[in-house]
Amino acid sequence: MSNDSPARETSGRALSWTPSQRELERQASRKSIGRKKALIATLSSVIVIGSLIRLIVTSPGWQSVKDTFFDWSYGGEVLGAVAKGLIVNIRLTIIAAILIGIFAMILALLRTSRSAALTPFRIMATAYVDIFRGVPLLLVILLIGFGVPALRIEGLTNSVLILGTTAVVLTYSAYVAEVIRSGILSIHPSQRAAARSLGLSSSQTMRHVVLPQALKRVVPPLLNDLVALLKDTGLVSILGVTDAVRAAQIASSRTFNYTPYVTAAILFLLITIPLTRYTDRVLAKSMKRQNAQGAA
Amino acid sequence: MNVLEVKNLRKSFEDNVVLNDLSLTVPDHTATVLIGASGSGKSTLLRCINLLDTIDDGSIYLDGKEISDPEINVDEVRKNLGMVFQSFNLFPHMSVLDNIMLSPVRVHKLPKEQARDEAMTLLRRFDLADKADQFPDRLSGGQQQRVAIIRSIAVKPRLLLLDEVTSALDPVLVNEVLSIVRDLKADGMAMVLATHEMGFATQVADEVCFLKDGNIIERGPASQVISAPQEAETKDFLRRVHEAGRL
Ligand SMILES: Nc1ncnc2c1ncn2[C@@H]1O[C@H](COP(=O)(O)OP(=O)(O)OP(=O)(O)O)[C@@H](O)[C@H]1O
Ligand SMILES: [Mg+2]
Repeated sequence: MSNDSPARETSGRALSWTPSQRELERQASRKSIGRKKALIATLSSVIVIGSLIRLIVTSPGWQSVKDTFFDWSYGGEVLGAVAKGLIVNIRLTIIAAILIGIFAMILALLRTSRSAALTPFRIMATAYVDIFRGVPLLLVILLIGFGVPALRIEGLTNSVLILGTTAVVLTYSAYVAEVIRSGILSIHPSQRAAARSLGLSSSQTMRHVVLPQALKRVVPPLLNDLVALLKDTGLVSILGVTDAVRAAQIASSRTFNYTPYVTAAILFLLITIPLTRYTDRVLAKSMKRQNAQGAA
Repeated sequence: MNVLEVKNLRKSFEDNVVLNDLSLTVPDHTATVLIGASGSGKSTLLRCINLLDTIDDGSIYLDGKEISDPEINVDEVRKNLGMVFQSFNLFPHMSVLDNIMLSPVRVHKLPKEQARDEAMTLLRRFDLADKADQFPDRLSGGQQQRVAIIRSIAVKPRLLLLDEVTSALDPVLVNEVLSIVRDLKADGMAMVLATHEMGFATQVADEVCFLKDGNIIERGPASQVISAPQEAETKDFLRRVHEAGRL
């Protein structure tokens, strides 16, 4: 690290050099190797993907599949309704993400705390995480969506939207709590020892030293969970919430044409693919940072 | 007046007896240097004094007050103890200045402005003022360790515990760290330090303690323990250190 600036000086000087004959030859041969590699990559992609498309398009059932799944004029017709449904998914995702963040943080802090007074809550948090990580989300949605109204408790909501969101929040909080907890546990004990030796209490140590580092580390897996959350909000359609999935279902049951499903899938992809790419970039950056830190 | 008194300390990890009936006294403004082979318990002793490890028996007094009492508030005790680790342990998500200001602001409740001024004064004194806003991973090992030392004295502890503060450093960086410790010693800071640097131990120590088998085998001024050891085990240890080229 300390020899950073001298290194930059030498590279600055290197710029003014005229490359030697040998270096020019090397550059030329590197360039030709690069061209060869690009050519091979293009050729192999064209051959593999091309023959796959040919296989599908020339299959005997292709024409009927094309009519029922890829009827673009019908797709355009239902686009508005499906897009309106997707807004519901997005809003649900945002609200759920906020609630999950708060609830999961509480669960993670309870599970990692060592305070004696919190023991019953620690046990409850552990049981909670075990249960909700082990039950399929669809089951939780059904149980809450149909079970809670059946209780007929006065003042409790019957809104399928709220009940569905609740089910998603309950389940995802368990996942996210585990991600946060793993981040907390990944911080080396020497950091905690250093903070405690400075006189920080254990909660100050958590707040100022452990959590900031832990949260930074778990940003990439949390972004992954956000993508999964957006997709899984489609499951609340089973309760009758008119989201993108439900809107597509309504449209396709009217005409027995499945193009609305494909339309919904494409709309989801328009959001999830950029988000996934972004997650990969954040992950690559955080790996680089951690490697640099390990070297320091 | 003694800053620190350790009486009949015992500490084991399962059936590994690390400290066995060890006693130690550190008068105010003096430096006690712990030497001994790897695994002799130097770090463990320092961690016990800082209450990072719980002891099995014996007692520890800081300024005449027993701190090994389980009823005591450990955070209060640690306000008066500074500790520096072999591996620096700076907080990587905070700038140098924030590392130093954390305890003064959060633990000692100093106003931010005052904490910043005091931190900058220390950084200037030890030639690190230009690094105030840098993050630890942009610093050399020697600079990181100097910041760690400044961080531990920013709260004006009664006693400074230094655990092999130079053994993770390149030989060329060792001196800049040792010179800080010498300066602090000249200021009258009481300290207990574990080190493998015999030359440095000789310069800074008021008392040198040679640890072996969980106890202090030989103690006295450096002129005795390091230059003219009496005990066969001390001689043996120093000969091996000498052979390793550290004297
Ligand atoms: N947390 C721990 N759990 C179990 N054993 C431990 C623990 N910490 C230290 N020990 C053991 O205690 C003994 C003394 O270790 P300690 O780190 O105090 O030695 P040291 O004198 O500081 O050595 P070095 O010069 O290598 O730093 C060793 O045998 C070590 O294995
Ligand atoms: Mg040690």
